[in-house]
Amino acid sequence: MSHATAEKTEATADEPVAPRKKAALSEGKKAERRLGWLLCAPAAITMIAVTGWPILYSILLSMQRFDLKFPDRTEWIWFDNYVTVLSSKYWWDAVLVTVVLTVVTVAVELVLGMSLALIMHRTLVGRGIVRTSSLIPYGIVTVVAAFSWRFAWTPSTGYLAEALGGDPVLTERIPALMVVSLAEIWKTTPFMALLLMAGLALVPDDLLKAAAMDGAGAWQRFIKVTVPIMKPAILVALLFRTLDAFRIFDNLFVLTAGSQGTSSVSMLTYNNLIKGLNLGIGSTMSVLIFLMVAAIAFIFIKLFGTAAPGSDNGGRR
Amino acid sequence: MGATRRYRLAVGAGAAMIAATTLTACGSGGQGITVNVYKYNQENFQAIVDNCNTKANGRYHIVYNKLPREADGQREQMVRRLAAEDDSMDVLALDVTWTAELAKAGWIKEFSGSVKSQVENGTLQTPLDTATYEGKLYGAPDNTNVQLLWYRSDLVPTPPKTWDEMISMAESLVAQGKPGLIVGQGKQYEGLVVLFNTLVNSSGGTILDENGTKAIVDDKAVQGLAALKKLATSKAIDPSFSNSTEDPARLLMESGKAAFELNWPYVYAAAQKKPDFAKNFKWAPYPTVSGDAAKVTVGGINYAVSSYTTHPDESFDAVLCLRGAESQKLAALKDGVPPTIRSVYDEPEMVDAYPMKDDILKTLENASVRPRTPAYQNVSTVISTILSPPANIDPQKTADELRQELQNALDSKGVLP
Repeated sequence: MSHATAEKTEATADEPVAPRKKAALSEGKKAERRLGWLLCAPAAITMIAVTGWPILYSILLSMQRFDLKFPDRTEWIWFDNYVTVLSSKYWWDAVLVTVVLTVVTVAVELVLGMSLALIMHRTLVGRGIVRTSSLIPYGIVTVVAAFSWRFAWTPSTGYLAEALGGDPVLTERIPALMVVSLAEIWKTTPFMALLLMAGLALVPDDLLKAAAMDGAGAWQRFIKVTVPIMKPAILVALLFRTLDAFRIFDNLFVLTAGSQGTSSVSMLTYNNLIKGLNLGIGSTMSVLIFLMVAAIAFIFIKLFGTAAPGSDNGGRR
Repeated sequence: MGATRRYRLAVGAGAAMIAATTLTACGSGGQGITVNVYKYNQENFQAIVDNCNTKANGRYHIVYNKLPREADGQREQMVRRLAAEDDSMDVLALDVTWTAELAKAGWIKEFSGSVKSQVENGTLQTPLDTATYEGKLYGAPDNTNVQLLWYRSDLVPTPPKTWDEMISMAESLVAQGKPGLIVGQGKQYEGLVVLFNTLVNSSGGTILDENGTKAIVDDKAVQGLAALKKLATSKAIDPSFSNSTEDPARLLMESGKAAFELNWPYVYAAAQKKPDFAKNFKWAPYPTVSGDAAKVTVGGINYAVSSYTTHPDESFDAVLCLRGAESQKLAALKDGVPPTIRSVYDEPEMVDAYPMKDDILKTLENASVRPRTPAYQNVSTVISTILSPPANIDPQKTADELRQELQNALDSKGVLP
């Protein structure tokens, strides 16, 4: 998520450039702006120190052979770690698993989240109860929820496993990935629904009524009126969820711990960094994940024209 | 990015935990020196600690800090804190396979002088070997462990002597429609590495060289792989072998569907709760693979002293008491873990609790140690991943793949799966 905020500051920094060129600022305005910069400098510097240094440090580590098990073998090897990771079949397996999990869960969440948002938006009676109860999965700690899924799917302790014939589903690759996706979807659909509901509130009722008057059916109104108007909200929701889903860790860690070829990139990084104590390879993976997440954010913002959260989204549509 | 952030979180959580333990340590210690022992949850360990505190007579106070139940969780907490040079950990209970890693990283102290000779005096050689790295002693063996062959005497009058004999006996039982399955550990985890190590060593093969720097996986190791494949593809193998760990294997045996079980001695104590089953539940030495006695993989726990302890003398003293003959006897009788001090086996109470003690001792004399290398965690992960599922082993091809991937892991070049 800190990545999204990085994009945000960039995007907001862009905006004031245009007006500044048009009209020179008066002396008073300039002094005021300078004071503003000075006032937020301590916070900004602290932020850069606590986020910038770890990022820089992991980039430096990724260019060294740095293994806590062999402290005397530490040396600079520049891009050798990248060659190792990028030519490893475990890495590409993990990338594939991560991409599949991301695409499947985000797609399903979008459909379910949209339905849930429409229900919550339209409900007239008991609106509060509907909204609260649909948010319960999102309110449960992920690890706790993942444990309950794991027990439910374990033969002899779980009701779901017993209901489906008692096969140990978490011990095979495809079924295990399906269970992970299910847990992930169950958990984060409410978040998607909340973001989409905010978008639904933007759709003016008059417009829908006018469309109905012109003879548009419910589906046509949804596709031709509602969706285009709430497109910025949809894209923001997709961006948030894609970035989150790509870094999936806790659900996987509890449900399969990456066995049976279900490792995601974060899981693999954890195994190399924390379990294997190989800071060089582990940092290389962290940097690669950072680059992939950055690419996703870039594609969403520049290509699909997602309005970065916080910036004015009026002119972008 | 995700991982760095999580790492930071983990470090933060670690710091909070350290602060918490220091606080409790100060609270309970009160006056004098506190020795913090980090050990997995052993049911009757507090009694041992209390005895040692009485013996210490106020010179120091031992506090038992419980580590997670799973071996991975124990190792992760310890290495993470050692990497951060945490001085609130004094004595660490290490799995036998972690000695080399922690010693090489400089995180645990060498046992030398009189402490060393006191540890070595009367202790079995194989457990001592597990605590030794590059000729130096880094740990004091607490308990040891070896697998035996368990069988149903009502189905099998005389236990098989060899691996092939065991498989053919089981297959003929299955063919007659009798319960004849063989159960063991075939899941992708440490248990599979234990089985692999036993079979390779028993075939006379080698996995890594003496120094643990070069992957060998010779022709004899290929024979070990062939033995593993033969078991995994036999008609008599437990159908869920490729997903089985110690306890599912034990339960399947107790349910009456199996005739043979390769497992640790704890299954004996567990079986006594079912008298009908227990009266026919017998043990024999592990079947041989090459004709010579099998070289069974040794397990167990060693105590090490952290390099960052502020009370090294008291810590070494505490270790001597915690793994002393009296403590080991208590642990053997109450918690069912085999001792590492030879004389404890001759105690009269041991006859009832450990009727198989002679076979354990004989197996220990000829036991094999898992590869001793700082990169053991990587080696183990590579082995269990490549061998999984065991039915798909192609001995020569699997051996070549193992050799290459193990070498990468040893050079810290490879990616851990």
